[in-house]
Amino acid sequence: MTAVFIILSLVTVASAIAAMTLRNLVHCALSLAVTFAGLAALYLQLNAQFVGFAQILVYVGAVAILIVFAILLTRGSEPPAEAIFSSKWFVGVAVASVVFAVIAAAVLSSRALPSESASMPSASVRQLGDELMTRYILPLEVLGLLLTAALIGAVILALRETANEQSGGAK
Amino acid sequence: MTPLHGYLFVAALLFAIGFAGAVTRRNAIVVLIGIELMLNAANLNFIAFWRFGPHPDELTGIVFVLFSIAVAAAEAAVGLALIISVYRHYKTTNVDRIDSMRG
Repeated sequence: MTAVFIILSLVTVASAIAAMTLRNLVHCALSLAVTFAGLAALYLQLNAQFVGFAQILVYVGAVAILIVFAILLTRGSEPPAEAIFSSKWFVGVAVASVVFAVIAAAVLSSRALPSESASMPSASVRQLGDELMTRYILPLEVLGLLLTAALIGAVILALRETANEQSGGAK
Repeated sequence: MTPLHGYLFVAALLFAIGFAGAVTRRNAIVVLIGIELMLNAANLNFIAFWRFGPHPDELTGIVFVLFSIAVAAAEAAVGLALIISVYRHYKTTNVDRIDSMRG
């Protein structure tokens, strides 16, 4: 339990709470970016450099920007006049608290967790590339297919309605 | 309290926060943000178990997280496209008002 870990986890958890409770959606998206950056720093703390930088590239760089675009396209940047939480919010919070309590109890009482590992494992990019190109080549190909399908699907989903409106207007 | 416990606690807390937000917020985009938080909490668990686990030479944890990040990115893209499509149709992103299939 080093000071770096405590500070990083405090920043991450606090910005996650802010992302879930703030009223203005743009502020939510910015807090989410801070959460992702804190998680990337935690990965770097755990000596997983490649995953940390992939987290920054994919989440802070792409997903956060995508969410900001979606907020602006749906006019979510104007703060809502009505309540932001659903009327039965206490049920959701209670279930979430129970989930956290169960996981925390399981973590605390488990004896299967390794106590302390002496060696500091490292994963170089070369090792990762070797693994991805040999042992995990099939999942990698399937993932490429999935990303292509998701790209085409997202474009079609976001485009279809306007195409219908245009053809309807032409009649 | 070993470092592994600390990371597992942070991940559990992130998961609970994301879950609470996903089920209580009204805006569909914030629901998606909550789901992203839950996925990230799972990723943190993978990395923590890889770092402190008995077989750190195997890169399974890292590779699994890389795949998980890619799948989560695809999910975010399709989810946001769905939200934009729903917004065009209903003129709202409030999930309580999208209730045409309610009996």
